[in-house]
Amino acid sequence: MKQPPMLINRYKWYEIIGIYVGIAVFLTFVLAPFVEGFLVSLKPLSQLFSSPYRFIPENGSFEAYRTMWISVPGFARYIFNSFFISTIVTAAVLVLVIPASYAFARFEFKGAGVLLGAFLAVNMFSGAVLLIPLFRLMRTLGLLNTYFAIMVPGIAFLIPSAIWLLRTYMMRIPRELDEAAFVDGASHFYTLRRVILPIAMPGITVVAITTFIGSYAQQFIFALTFNSKTEYAPLPVGLFAYFGRQEVVWNELMAASFVGIAPAMIVIFFLQKYLVSGLTAGAVKQ
Amino acid sequence: MNVQRSNLIFAWILLFPAVLYVAVIVAYPLVDTFILSFTDASLKKVTNWVGWVNYQKIFNATFAEVIIRTFIWTFFSVSIKMIIGVFGATMLNSAVPGRALFRVLTMPPWIVPMAIGIFMWGWMYNGQFGMISGMLQRFGLADAPVAFLAQGSTAFWATIITDVWIGVPMVTLYMLAAMQAIPQDLYEAAWTDGAGRLYRFRRITMPLIVPSMITMSMLSLISTFNSFDIIWILTRGGPSGETTTMIIDTYKTAIGSNKYGEGAARAVLICIFLSIFCVCYFRLTSRLSSGDKR
Repeated sequence: MKQPPMLINRYKWYEIIGIYVGIAVFLTFVLAPFVEGFLVSLKPLSQLFSSPYRFIPENGSFEAYRTMWISVPGFARYIFNSFFISTIVTAAVLVLVIPASYAFARFEFKGAGVLLGAFLAVNMFSGAVLLIPLFRLMRTLGLLNTYFAIMVPGIAFLIPSAIWLLRTYMMRIPRELDEAAFVDGASHFYTLRRVILPIAMPGITVVAITTFIGSYAQQFIFALTFNSKTEYAPLPVGLFAYFGRQEVVWNELMAASFVGIAPAMIVIFFLQKYLVSGLTAGAVKQ
Repeated sequence: MNVQRSNLIFAWILLFPAVLYVAVIVAYPLVDTFILSFTDASLKKVTNWVGWVNYQKIFNATFAEVIIRTFIWTFFSVSIKMIIGVFGATMLNSAVPGRALFRVLTMPPWIVPMAIGIFMWGWMYNGQFGMISGMLQRFGLADAPVAFLAQGSTAFWATIITDVWIGVPMVTLYMLAAMQAIPQDLYEAAWTDGAGRLYRFRRITMPLIVPSMITMSMLSLISTFNSFDIIWILTRGGPSGETTTMIIDTYKTAIGSNKYGEGAARAVLICIFLSIFCVCYFRLTSRLSSGDKR
């Protein structure tokens, strides 16, 4: 739907300069840590700890990206753990959330509003508040120091926003579609699987991506508290152990960080269009 | 009648797994926190009922300070987030070439694992070799290296700025969406009447995004109040407790010192504050959305 350029959107030259300066200032704040982190990852160690401070590296190289695999012990394992945990968490969230969202989107039943509100409220109590009882629960279930200790609570805290997002998406699918299938004699499950699922795929994709990113982001506190074994540590906790040392080799830490976030960056690059609309869909369309 | 009933059963079958899961992992611990707060539970000790002792213990001068600090920390973090977010959204809402790319570029802090973004800030704040200190010295604004995380006052602001940085993309994109939902004809009508750009922003954009601003502030308030990773990674609540917020204090008490009961009492207090925020949030959003319909 491209509209013809409107007269009111035409800027004077000084307005355009003002806008670009504004955007530059804004993006400088947003991107500064990444730029600085990247430049540090290129610096040789001698330059890192020399005074006066130098922003642009001299004789920069990707050396740290090679050495960090050895000096950040277990790095490959942390990356694997993070991906593994997020993949399982995302799959579990989808399995639980797709049917629930469909129920909320299509059926009117007593308590639906209250239940939706309750899910929203869950979103507001972070894992940090419930850490003590969750620790006891994980201990009782014998899950401490396993992958499950990180996954199980993680899933619960990602369900509510996923339900809200997917429900909004499913409500936009015309009701006639599944009603027609139902009238034709298809069972409820068949309708959900063969009619709704294919149409809802873009919405499900957005939910899957945001859940995956959310899981990757939330791994810190649960993993820090419920898991003391490095073999199960996800990237944030693995790097935190390294970060907390007396002598941090910063260029390697930054190189490790960039390798760790590269997948997320690639995901944003390809899916940013869906992400922006997905992020705001629930908020604006209600 | 029969169809209705089968629908209802089907709806509950669909809902049951998700509801049960959240009930076990979130609702049960919530109840458990409340019960624990009246006991002397710890990692090993046999648990005894102690009544209000834990609550009496936490009401002391130090904890009052922690509460006040949490609110100040949250207030500044949310306010700065909103200001920068609305500013960024306004800029990104302008019809200039390249804006699609600029919108993508706002997202990294939101999308990258939080801890890793915080490590980068940790380096920038580094006292001896960090960028901010280095730049200050370069431009003659500081004579000696500034160790931002080693002094209470600067550490306090350093953690706030990092929290702002992490929250800004969300606020910006949300506010951008709100701005784009404003019908263009309003602007055209105002333009035909001879209203200038600033006037249009003040009289059309601002009033129409206020509901979204309030919603976003409430959501941001809740997540900021709960913010753990940033402070823990940067300062662990230090130096000498000057960045210890309620969440950090609860964590230190419960997990650090193994005093589950006392920690739980603190967690209950946090839950009470969060509930108040939640109620405010629901009230505000329902009032705002009913206002829309009128």
